[in-house]
Amino acid sequence: MKAHRRNRLITILAGTAGVAAAVALVLYALGAKVDHFYTPSEIVAGAAPLERTIRVGGLVVAGSLDREPGSLALRFDVTDNRDRITVEFEGILPDLFREGQGIIAEGQLLPGGKVRASKVLAKHDENYMPPEVAKSLEKYGHPANAGKKDKKDAQ
Amino acid sequence: MWLWFSRLGSPKWFYELAGRWLPWTWALTVLLFVAGSALALLFSPPDYQQGETVRIMYLHVPAAFLSMACYLTMAIASVIALVWRMKMAFAVARSCAPIGAAMTALALFTGAVWGKPIWGTWWEWDARLTSELVLLFLYLGYIALHESISEQSQADRAAAVLAIVGVVNLPIIHFSVDWWNTLHQGASISRLQKPAIDASMLWPLFTMLAAFFAFFAASLMSRVRNEILKREAASRWVKALVKA
Repeated sequence: MKAHRRNRLITILAGTAGVAAAVALVLYALGAKVDHFYTPSEIVAGAAPLERTIRVGGLVVAGSLDREPGSLALRFDVTDNRDRITVEFEGILPDLFREGQGIIAEGQLLPGGKVRASKVLAKHDENYMPPEVAKSLEKYGHPANAGKKDKKDAQ
Repeated sequence: MWLWFSRLGSPKWFYELAGRWLPWTWALTVLLFVAGSALALLFSPPDYQQGETVRIMYLHVPAAFLSMACYLTMAIASVIALVWRMKMAFAVARSCAPIGAAMTALALFTGAVWGKPIWGTWWEWDARLTSELVLLFLYLGYIALHESISEQSQADRAAAVLAIVGVVNLPIIHFSVDWWNTLHQGASISRLQKPAIDASMLWPLFTMLAAFFAFFAASLMSRVRNEILKREAASRWVKALVKA
């Protein structure tokens, strides 16, 4: 390679590396602020601000869903398999909402440690399969959700 | 190898070669799209959780994949163009931009349509969605920068620098779902373990992916040919071509 071409290539590579390093430092400084939601353990540990809009993400605890008769108000617990947080919500839940499902609730953290949500979103994982496969997995003791690699849900 | 490389740098040679290949590439594109659509819409099962909605995946995933592959092509062409001052590579980079912008817009749109029923929202400012939106702005910025400078070689060089700098966004898009908590789920195919998609859905997806790649190749060749005619308008062979 001729010298002037090599110099140009080195300039480009060095420039790109410099920009990449700058962006990496910015993202590193932002750190957890880029996270879309807090996990229940982070909230229990006091990482989330009170009475400001926050999001909490986790799995819906089986048997924790409690609907108020005659209204759309309900409450349920979310967990990251370490701590759990109670979420209160009044409104329509997404179709994928069910016990054991990963969800994200947006709302305010109340002083008692509950979250009053104004919005509930369902997460889904990276597994795709036909219903028959899911059924037979369950039948033979490997339910579709058990082998989750998704660190956000299984933390 | 070097002969091939220097030939590739000749606009006339590329124009003629691409002209011969184009009909075949478009035919392959149509064939793959027909086969892929049939597999995706008729011969693949619904998902165990999402039901029929999962079929949006067969458009969304290839569009998102291409939006990044197209950007990588544009950036590599820009590096070659800047280092070797190759006119053809500038033409290729410039031709990638509108295709990539369209793919990114399609990925964002199908993602929104998919997100509404499954997540319960059209849009969330999570890391994956936001970085993909930044990719769209990079494409649009590249086109705007190129168009705003009237002198061809200056426009080419300025836009090439933007394309190369923007490459930093590609790993951010790809790893956003691993580095941060996001609404978007993790990778299903481009990971080291076995794909998390059942084979009955994986093959329709791969067919659609191949269709998108064939479309990319065909539309890129068409665009580069147009770009060559525009850029070489003063050369003798283009004048002869126009007269004929």
